[in-house]
Amino acid sequence: MTDDLLVAEDLAVVFGARRGWFGRDNEGVQALRGVSVRVGRGETVGIVGESGSGKTTLGRALLRLADVASGRIVFDGRDITRLNEKDMRSLRRRMQLIFQDPMASLNPRHTIRRIVTEPLLFHRVASNHADAERRACEIFDRFSLPIACLARFPHELSGGQRQRVGIARVALLTPEFVLADEIVSGLDVSTQALALNLLKDLSRDLGLSMAFISHDLSVVRALCDRVYVMRHGVVVEEGRCDAVFEAPQHAYTRALLDAIPQPRIDPGWLQRVATAD
Amino acid sequence: MSGPILAINNLTAVSDRDGTPILRQVSLTVKRGETRGLVGESGAGKSMIGKAVLGILPRAVRVTSGEILFEGRDLLTMPKVELRRLIGERIALIPQDPMTALNPGRRIEAQLTDGLRLTGGVSASAARTKAVQLLEEVHISEPERVLRAYPHELSGGMRQRVLIAAAFALDPTLIVADEPTTALDVTVQKQILRLLRNMQAAYGAAVIFVTHDFGVVAQVCDSVTLLFNGKVLEDGAVAEILEAPKHEYSRALLEACPRNDRPELGLRPIPAELIARLRREAAAP
Repeated sequence: MTDDLLVAEDLAVVFGARRGWFGRDNEGVQALRGVSVRVGRGETVGIVGESGSGKTTLGRALLRLADVASGRIVFDGRDITRLNEKDMRSLRRRMQLIFQDPMASLNPRHTIRRIVTEPLLFHRVASNHADAERRACEIFDRFSLPIACLARFPHELSGGQRQRVGIARVALLTPEFVLADEIVSGLDVSTQALALNLLKDLSRDLGLSMAFISHDLSVVRALCDRVYVMRHGVVVEEGRCDAVFEAPQHAYTRALLDAIPQPRIDPGWLQRVATAD
Repeated sequence: MSGPILAINNLTAVSDRDGTPILRQVSLTVKRGETRGLVGESGAGKSMIGKAVLGILPRAVRVTSGEILFEGRDLLTMPKVELRRLIGERIALIPQDPMTALNPGRRIEAQLTDGLRLTGGVSASAARTKAVQLLEEVHISEPERVLRAYPHELSGGMRQRVLIAAAFALDPTLIVADEPTTALDVTVQKQILRLLRNMQAAYGAAVIFVTHDFGVVAQVCDSVTLLFNGKVLEDGAVAEILEAPKHEYSRALLEACPRNDRPELGLRPIPAELIARLRREAAAP
């Protein structure tokens, strides 16, 4: 038995492929080609890349939210590549997703109370409303969210609070695997650090496995154990964070790292050109 | 010659709806050819200063006192007609979002030559020649094709190049760049920052660079004004603020930036007590 919770082998995702008449097939766009990733138990894995690199598609494929053209996904020793929606449902609680934009993922017409307690009742984690409410209060306390927030609507909260509600909602379900897709990119650095620390504590306390998708390499380095660097739908480099960041092997990784402006004086940085190929 | 081209003195603005202060006694100067960064987190008022300079403050924001002197003349009291000409010819804007700043229904040529034709009285063919030259200056390899294109046919980086070309078209003295690279990938951001800096050196324009990213400030700005809750907390040369920040908020904000070059520092959020105290202090007269 390996120590990997989630393993994806040789994944390919194709968008827009269609079988036409008289051999006029549309081959579609290859969003992912031959991608293999694994997430160990309790491990936080970063998936980085620029727009169009396929990092979000990979995340969606791992949760079976995007259709896989070929390859295999194994969750906790079970092949889930071809599971139907009904069989997937029993796994959904164990594999959760934190969204990029809490303004778009929290229903604007539901109170925060309903948003965080409904999944608890749906997945039968809480036995009744009182139990769900108690659990919600506990986690709000831990996340330094005022209990009064429960009665509010998403638009009445600040951006940082909304993001914490998004994380709390997922944490309440005590999942084993969480996919976090660009969850701090819209936040100020001060609130960003807060949300990241919260996530870090959570993964430690719950023994959570996490895939953290981001375009921001500095954030990935601060949070993750291992990292996959993606470009044009393939993984160009992978390894432990310290190794990849200290001694990047692929030219694209080097270019990506060099492009991050650091808050220190570096007179040559702006005119220095690193090529990606 | 050595005096500042822009001097903002005690600028105060409030929200018309409920009287909430937006800017509190903001003073800063911009020297000829200088790049001044305006940094702060959301709600600090950094964009509002840029908007005030360009005379495009939201309707709900009202300036209650202070002045904005451009080459010695107050932009706030200047007759509208004069202001309009000045803003087009001498002060330009590079907007944040290259997706929404260009009109989706017009070709790049029309949008790039508007300024030239309206204020310069340049003929259509001369404007076209100038537009091709500008696109070459921003390193667009097929200027003729891009001129015929609509915005949706260009990538984000290309659109931002077009907007930079448009900003420099009339050889402005001052450019307000409002988070010009926030929407771009890091590798593209670096290209655009380099381009902006090189264009600025070639044209000798001063830039007000609005950003939330201390890393960007460190690499492109000469001086920086740090804002919090509509108030200037610290002001000085970039090296000074990065290496020896005086205000505790500046220190906390710098520490909160994740440092890929110094991973041992970890993540250090700004203490909530500090934010709360600064808010109280800012609100007190």
